[in-house]
Amino acid sequence: QKVSVEVLDHLEHLALVDFRDSEGVDWLQKAIQFADQLHEVNTDGVEPMDSVLEDRCLYLREDDVTEGNCTKELLGNAREKVEEYFVAPPGNIPLPKLEERETFLQGS
Amino acid sequence: LAPWVPVVGLEIHAQISSNSKLFSGSQVQFAAPPNSLVSFFDASLPGTLPVLNRRCVEAAVMTGLALNCSINKKSLFDRKHYFYADLPAGYQITQQRVPIAVNGSLSYNLCIDNKMSQMVTKTVRIKQIQLEQDSGKSLHDDTRSQTLVDLNRAGVGLMEVVMEPDMCCGEEAAAAVRELQLILQTLGSSQAVMAEGQLRVDANVSVHHPGEPYGVRTEVKNINSIRFLAKAIDYEIQRQIEELENGGTILNETRAFDSKLGCTVPMRDKEGKQDYRFMPEPNLPPLILYDAKSLPANMNHQQVINIDWIHERLPDLPSVKREKLVEQYGILPEHSFTLLNEDGLAEFFESVVKRTQMKPKKVIGWILKDLLSYLKQHSLTVKESPVSSFLLADLLNLLEKKEISSTAAKQVLAELWKGEGKTPLEIVKEQKLELLQDQKELEQICQAVIDGQENE
Repeated sequence: QKVSVEVLDHLEHLALVDFRDSEGVDWLQKAIQFADQLHEVNTDGVEPMDSVLEDRCLYLREDDVTEGNCTKELLGNAREKVEEYFVAPPGNIPLPKLEERETFLQGS
Repeated sequence: LAPWVPVVGLEIHAQISSNSKLFSGSQVQFAAPPNSLVSFFDASLPGTLPVLNRRCVEAAVMTGLALNCSINKKSLFDRKHYFYADLPAGYQITQQRVPIAVNGSLSYNLCIDNKMSQMVTKTVRIKQIQLEQDSGKSLHDDTRSQTLVDLNRAGVGLMEVVMEPDMCCGEEAAAAVRELQLILQTLGSSQAVMAEGQLRVDANVSVHHPGEPYGVRTEVKNINSIRFLAKAIDYEIQRQIEELENGGTILNETRAFDSKLGCTVPMRDKEGKQDYRFMPEPNLPPLILYDAKSLPANMNHQQVINIDWIHERLPDLPSVKREKLVEQYGILPEHSFTLLNEDGLAEFFESVVKRTQMKPKKVIGWILKDLLSYLKQHSLTVKESPVSSFLLADLLNLLEKKEISSTAAKQVLAELWKGEGKTPLEIVKEQKLELLQDQKELEQICQAVIDGQENE
């Protein structure tokens, strides 16, 4: 089964990735096929494992103030700043619709 | 015309009262220089990892227990992905699959016809309580077409309390939120001050005809006070009814409440339905909580949270406090509501009762009518009262011993209100307000008045 253009477009919107060319899409297809092999295992009655950490102890930290106060360092890499605020565009700039943007997906 | 049944559900975010953030050691504080309370993790710099704050877990457990929830001994953390400038990681760590507490309830009270003497108790089901991160703050600068981002709030611990749609109007929602606020403040798990963003409420509103399926719901955000909560919900219910009666449809959208205009408006910046691509948080193992039975023998105390230990130490909740006040002092239930509704008033009342021979049933009148109305008129809190409980008790003792009349007592109170440091006794002497008790003296005065009349 091939991944549809709609799904690929949806993924590009959600994750802001760019599948770039047929090789990129192919790569994705292969990755999905690889993961799909898991369906061959009978998991009836087995609790899903979502992390190899599941038996580890979740460390609990004491409620002490130990960090912060490093405004200068944090803003050091900011391209633009205004009086110690980070600067961002006025709102989310949505990815243009499929028909309106230059993407390899258009040709599919 | 067939009647409409409004349905109201609430999603409440309460900021956890803690020294440091949910997953990092930077400080939690309202109003600090921008980006000064931000750690590398909060700024989402590569190579940083979340470390869970014990106090935040305890706060959530306390709140869950107070709301009659089942505490999940194993709960999980997830990532909720979306892009916004004040969410540097591009995802929020939350608990979507298995939250820390589920299936609780909250009882609250409503006055019928605005009469406090007629109160009815209602219940709303609590679907769940989950721990999650707060986002930073965006300041929109429309003139320069930019947004300024302050990450001080990013990563602060939140408890999201989800209430089932068991409410039917603004009044019910407001009463439920008010009671939740009192509970959180009593527990100390959140200071829950709406004005400082420590308690944020989103309302889900829909209408339908009885017997028919629920209607399309809208989400109403940007509500800054309990009063506005009631207004926003009632406006939205009316708007939906009018829209449907005019043959229109309701869009499943997010609307903002405009407090100046008193109406809800569609929110921009919500591009269609969001797909949050929830996934397990790979850097955090499951959160395991224990009780007396399951307590592990060889674990470091500091790493263990015992639900039963927390349960035993819960303070009296507002509903219990009210019952105790009514039982102990013989006051009316509606009085107990007012006492608890004002911060510090119940303590003030009890302090006065302790220091006076006057019966609590009489003292309450002075507290609720005289003291409270003075405070309200001058916008003062109980703590700011120029008349202390000691002074009021002294005054009420003079009244109780019949050394002054009730009218005189009110005069003295008005004088005490000036806060000039005089005692009630001093004021009584100054203004010659003492009641004459001496029989002979009274006879002389009456005789003089009668004599005066005869001479005319």
